[in-house]
Amino acid sequence: WESFLPSQVLVQPVQLICLYAPAYHLILEGILILWIIRLLFSKTYKLQERSDLTPKEKEELIEEWQPEPLVPPVPKDHPALNYNVVSGPPTHIITVNGKECINFASFNFLGLLDNEKVKSAAQASLKKYGVGTCGPRGFYGTFDVHLELEERLAKFMRTEEAIIYSYGFATIASAIPAYSKRGDIVFVDEAACFAIQKGLQASRSNIKLFKHNDMADLERLLKEQETEDQKNPRKARVTRRFIVVEGLYMNTGDVCPLPELIKLKYKYKVRIFLEESLSFGVLGEHGRGITEHFGINIDDIDLISANMENSLASIGGFCCGRSFIIDHQRLSGQGYCFSASLPPLLAAAAIEALNIMEDNPDIFQTLRAKCERIHELLQGISGLKVVGESFSPALHLQLEESCGSRENDVKLLKRVVDYCMNSGIALTQARYLEKEEKCLPPPRTRTGQICIELDCCLGFLFPQIIRMSVLHYSDFTLDIQVLPLMALKPDWVTGLFQYGTNAVRGRMLNFGTGE
Amino acid sequence: SLIQQAGCLCVYLFFKNGISNGTLYKKTFIEHFEQAPMYVAVLTFLGFGVGTIFGYLRDFMRAWGLEKRNVATEREQQKDFVPLYQDFENFYTRNLYMRIRDNWNRPICSVPGPQFDLMERVTDDYNWTFRFTGRTIKNVINMGSYNYLGFAETDVNALKTVTIELQKYGTGICSTRQEMGTLDKHVELEKLVAKFLGVEDAMVFGMGFATNSMNIPALVGKGCLILSDELNHTSLVLGARLSGATIRIFKHNNMQSLEKLLRDAIIYGQPRSHRAWRKIIILVEGIYSMEGSIVRLPEIVSLKKKYKAYLYLDEAHSIGAVGATGRGVVEYFGMSPDDVDVLMGTFTKSFGAAGGYIAGKKDLVDFLRTHSHSAVYATSMCPPVAEQIIRAMKCLMGQDGTTQGKVRQLGKNTRYFRRRLHEMGFIIYGNDDSPVVPLLLYMPGKIGAFARRMLEKNIGVVVVGFPATPITESRARFCVSAAHTREMLDTVSTADVLLKLTSDAKEVGRSCVSVTLNLNNSFLHLFF
Repeated sequence: WESFLPSQVLVQPVQLICLYAPAYHLILEGILILWIIRLLFSKTYKLQERSDLTPKEKEELIEEWQPEPLVPPVPKDHPALNYNVVSGPPTHIITVNGKECINFASFNFLGLLDNEKVKSAAQASLKKYGVGTCGPRGFYGTFDVHLELEERLAKFMRTEEAIIYSYGFATIASAIPAYSKRGDIVFVDEAACFAIQKGLQASRSNIKLFKHNDMADLERLLKEQETEDQKNPRKARVTRRFIVVEGLYMNTGDVCPLPELIKLKYKYKVRIFLEESLSFGVLGEHGRGITEHFGINIDDIDLISANMENSLASIGGFCCGRSFIIDHQRLSGQGYCFSASLPPLLAAAAIEALNIMEDNPDIFQTLRAKCERIHELLQGISGLKVVGESFSPALHLQLEESCGSRENDVKLLKRVVDYCMNSGIALTQARYLEKEEKCLPPPRTRTGQICIELDCCLGFLFPQIIRMSVLHYSDFTLDIQVLPLMALKPDWVTGLFQYGTNAVRGRMLNFGTGE
Repeated sequence: SLIQQAGCLCVYLFFKNGISNGTLYKKTFIEHFEQAPMYVAVLTFLGFGVGTIFGYLRDFMRAWGLEKRNVATEREQQKDFVPLYQDFENFYTRNLYMRIRDNWNRPICSVPGPQFDLMERVTDDYNWTFRFTGRTIKNVINMGSYNYLGFAETDVNALKTVTIELQKYGTGICSTRQEMGTLDKHVELEKLVAKFLGVEDAMVFGMGFATNSMNIPALVGKGCLILSDELNHTSLVLGARLSGATIRIFKHNNMQSLEKLLRDAIIYGQPRSHRAWRKIIILVEGIYSMEGSIVRLPEIVSLKKKYKAYLYLDEAHSIGAVGATGRGVVEYFGMSPDDVDVLMGTFTKSFGAAGGYIAGKKDLVDFLRTHSHSAVYATSMCPPVAEQIIRAMKCLMGQDGTTQGKVRQLGKNTRYFRRRLHEMGFIIYGNDDSPVVPLLLYMPGKIGAFARRMLEKNIGVVVVGFPATPITESRARFCVSAAHTREMLDTVSTADVLLKLTSDAKEVGRSCVSVTLNLNNSFLHLFF
């Protein structure tokens, strides 16, 4: 039993080590042991003295601190400071800064803004409900007209459910963060509009930008994500992923390649959110937007969002899709839950506008024809190029070559716009917050209202004036011929005079006599 | 003795910061945040506990097919996608909210004036879906809408100008402020708002919520500090978050908390880099819509002056509702509008319209005209809505020749109604002059029961619980309007639900009736 004595248990291995280990080993170990002992007993290392501020020093710091001004001063000649003021309704003929113009600047695509039927529906609603709703949807701010509008929109779009917001911008900006949370992944086109960008920012999700309309680039990102997922399958199982695209891009005027996107959706199991503010009420045989344009089953799109401020000429926005998806926003859409609901008269106006769209499906063809015509007529202006699809009702005119800096480009385009305005054509410069935009589009002039009610000869006149405006400024190479009045076909001229507004007539004469 | 002590505990009024400051305040400033006894909190948690256990039980039954699943489901083709919702995320909605869902989103079919008509709806599947019966519940007393001054009306004479403008302009704008969406109507309105508030300039926006969320990011950014009241509205929180600035939260209306944050921020600078903050902005509301409290503006202004911070005041609920002539909390405290750097407010409430404004120095407004997200990217305000604001504002300013008794009437109604409820022994929160009157219910079971009983008596109230309030502080909220008659307010305060609560309280000998347990066993009503 002696072998179990503790002394033997301890001593034996030491003896063994001493016998078999080489001498240098023992010396080294000895030094190390001594080193450890020294470390243990040496004075502890002291951090540098903490310098707590004395109350006096604190007061001095507070006294010293000078904040920046709340806002930097805005130069008086800032291009965006002095707004164009429109007197009277912003319809086809508008008075901008006291001058009568033909309106090519607002998004009143279907000309419903001054439609008498829409107005009388709104009047009836005003009589019954007054103006405001005085509450959010949850707290007695849900009116029967809201429910009716939601039902009508769902029916029009052929989806299960629709939900309305009281502001167009807030629609997609609230819808995205309702689903996509921190840690989720959103693949988004770099040309996406500002409302989408804000929605993404609010969602705090992981954002992956792909090149505008570049499906190869999107697929590359999706593949990258797929390999990432294989590394961490547990995380991948709870990471929601979305593609956010626009039907007709506000910033570029072209459409998204939806059929390819759908293929990618099923291949990589990503949901698609589609922003249709420009394409709703514009594209497709019945104005249902990009899905109808491409003949795609609307259920393949997880969520469609659009505003009612363009084609419907009202205020607000809506989302539509399957109830499984849409209903979630009724408790999670911030702009829905925490904002006063849409004034009933605006909902009534939107319902009437939908009625008109349903009763006259040919207006979409008319609109398309006009867009294509204008697009064609605007080709070949030297110095300016037209960007976007031919059927887009918002045309972008862009400088062919930049004149050095963005600032100069903007100035030059402003002169073009001013010239057009003086000639009685209201255009607008597309405005961007340059510091805020993720991928800033180049400076552009935008025409919104290629409206169906504008006479086609005006459509002819319009490119002429843009041509003239280019001619007016020698910054461009001048190789355009301004058509003399004689070259106008007689029916165009009579058409113009028949249009009946003095403004147009006066301008017509100028064409003949003046430049 | 013990019993006496218990009684004292119950009637103990907890005045949070309830001192009047003679130098800063021109009149006494008292707000009640009476605390309920401990057992109420215990029972409330117990209530949520029971609800949660039943929720799990029913989830279990649904999973095994013992209970019908009513919830909408994923598309068959997308079953293998990552689930859009996590099951636990919707637990509360599915198992607790769903039971009392009928008390929200009640559709109305008339003007939201002092009384409204509700569309009667019933459910055949325990609130999963609703069916309209086609009948309307007429003349329900409206204690829910923010119609403080009674401008939600359909009187033909009052709406004459709105009708004319609607006929002239139509409803749409189809453009943004910076492009082609600035109408003469907007210019007129902005001038009037600036004049009404007594400031240099003002800008109006199409949506109140967006006024906050789209303008705060223009004012502050990275390297700036936002000090935000813990009970600020979502729109302020969202705006702060979108700005990219650092956000720190101070306790509700607590000046010590705010001052400490201000001092520390200036002394220590930004975290990690220790650079000085570029600027510090304090975000507060005039009247807090869930607490009924009024911001301690004089103290905040003196703090912000002392520490060179800026003040952003959201007067969503207070503009029109307080102050001798309805000019908001600035007037209420007898201060100058120059004391506040950014005056923000909405037109949804007192003005019975929609949209919001930001007012202040010309520099500020000019900057917003050029940099506001809303001015660049969002559609401008609808002209007839603008006209409604103009007519309401002119009425408040006495410009339209009508007697301007609305603000005074609102003040009278508010104090009367608050006094009645207080006398009956309810715990009500907030300032005596605030038209938002929250009545504390505490138990989750009472939320649904209270609102349903009130509706049976033709009274529409708003009830709120977690997550809109702290978990133990479920409440009913009354919004007093100038358009309410004394009879209506009496009808509400003598509704049998309230009386029952009072008599229950008397039976058990307590003076804080809000905390009594019994509402015809509504506690059980919720969970079984």
